[in-house]
Amino acid sequence: MGILDHHKKIETHATLLLVLSFLVVTIGGLVQIVPLFYLENTIEEVEGMRPYSPLELTGREIYVREGCYVCHSQMVRPMRDEVERYGHYSLAAESMYDHPFQWGSKRTGPDLARLGGRYSDEWHVAHLVNPRDVVPESVMPPYAYLLDRPVTPEYVQDLMRAYRLVGVPYTDDMIEAAPEDFRAQVDPFGDSGALLDRYHSAQVRNFDGQEELTEMDALIAYMQMIGTLVDFSTFTAETSR
Amino acid sequence: MATPNKKNHDRPTTGHSWDGIEEFDNPMPRWWLWTFYATIIWAVVYWILFPAWPLVRGATAGVLGYSSRADVAAEIAAADQANQVWYDQLMATDVTEIAANPELERFAVNAGAAVFRAQCSQCHGAGANGLRPGSGFPNLLDDEWMWGGTMEDIVQTVTYGIRNTDFPDARYSEMPSFGRDGLLTPAEIDQVVNHVLAISGQAHDNALAAAGEQVFLDNCASCHMDDGSGDPFVGAPALNNAIWLYGGSADEIRASVHNARFGIMPGFTGRLPDAQIRAVAAYVHQLGGGQ
Repeated sequence: MGILDHHKKIETHATLLLVLSFLVVTIGGLVQIVPLFYLENTIEEVEGMRPYSPLELTGREIYVREGCYVCHSQMVRPMRDEVERYGHYSLAAESMYDHPFQWGSKRTGPDLARLGGRYSDEWHVAHLVNPRDVVPESVMPPYAYLLDRPVTPEYVQDLMRAYRLVGVPYTDDMIEAAPEDFRAQVDPFGDSGALLDRYHSAQVRNFDGQEELTEMDALIAYMQMIGTLVDFSTFTAETSR
Repeated sequence: MATPNKKNHDRPTTGHSWDGIEEFDNPMPRWWLWTFYATIIWAVVYWILFPAWPLVRGATAGVLGYSSRADVAAEIAAADQANQVWYDQLMATDVTEIAANPELERFAVNAGAAVFRAQCSQCHGAGANGLRPGSGFPNLLDDEWMWGGTMEDIVQTVTYGIRNTDFPDARYSEMPSFGRDGLLTPAEIDQVVNHVLAISGQAHDNALAAAGEQVFLDNCASCHMDDGSGDPFVGAPALNNAIWLYGGSADEIRASVHNARFGIMPGFTGRLPDAQIRAVAAYVHQLGGGQ
């Protein structure tokens, strides 16, 4: 039997068995995970991606907090029916600044990966206040209280530092200017030039129609930019990926 | 003590003995073994046919050249190809002439209905009857049009949308917020609200309405016309009928005059092929109110 006879030595030596088992599992894991970090087709770079602006990031935190991903995916799969309904299929790079990503795995509601610009702000407010008002068959819970909860940029710098720790390229300049950028994005009559320099194509307006800056503003600012950063009129997908 | 089964005495054992309990060294069941071998062969076949092994720069491509991106592109191209003869005809026909060709109109209305359900129903309702009354999302079944109800008008509206920031060609107008910006006093607003109630045939205060007529002519008539019949060139809705976008009660009209209204619609060029925009316009046009 040759080498198989030595098996007995491993099976009767608990520590050796543990160490060797761990080694085998480690190799299996590495083979599956490591290629994702260097294979060119998993790290495709696309033009247009930028980190979230402070207000969008705050809105995204609300999206995560409310568990929107439980019922809404953010992942248009490369299938004809999905592409025709939602828009261009999602690219890996579009989630590059998402920590954690919001791909989701359940669609009780529709996919939201191409939500930005699809509806007016008024529609979003009406829908979040009472989903049944705009979609009679909806089973989504109402989120009207977002209109009553003011948000301030108090913690947004800490938030951005945390995101920088996990690899989002926020610069010192971006973090320092975060409170001004936060307010500039909801002030259509103010000077938003600096905000737009830092975060290209950021949308600047009063999102919820109220004077006060609320969580509704932040959430809608985020939802109106989901999936809009990559210009698909100039992007050509490589089919080898 | 149980009698050992004599029948098994001469069968080979693994040689392990745990407290006198021994283990037979029986062969694996054949069916199990062959299934196991088959899965190994299947794995090798799969490696050859499909993308599988990660290498230094990329991964093995597989001889079938499978790619989900190429698949979906081919699927969409095939569907477009099947519709292309109709799309070409839709684009070659003047929008006002589509209805004259029954076969083409049937295609346009059916294709347009599918587009409508996917892209328009969220705001205009699955039956195109708007959302609840006073919601600000217009009913498309009636014959009142804010921006015009001819085929050309509808195609233009669907293509570029209304008051969005994405397209310079989007339809645009801006009603002043008469109350919030102090253009009218609360008393004047009360008068003009009663005038609007009067011309729309609702209960009103005669004295206030009479005073409101001049306020209306001075402030509102340039867009809503002297008789309140509206002007589709600036998206000013008719006020002299029972159709209301934001509600027709005194309170709702007062809110509209005080804050102004600013309905927004996205443009669909780039999101939908031009032929599908024409198709959905044809669908909306034949719902009942097309001009």
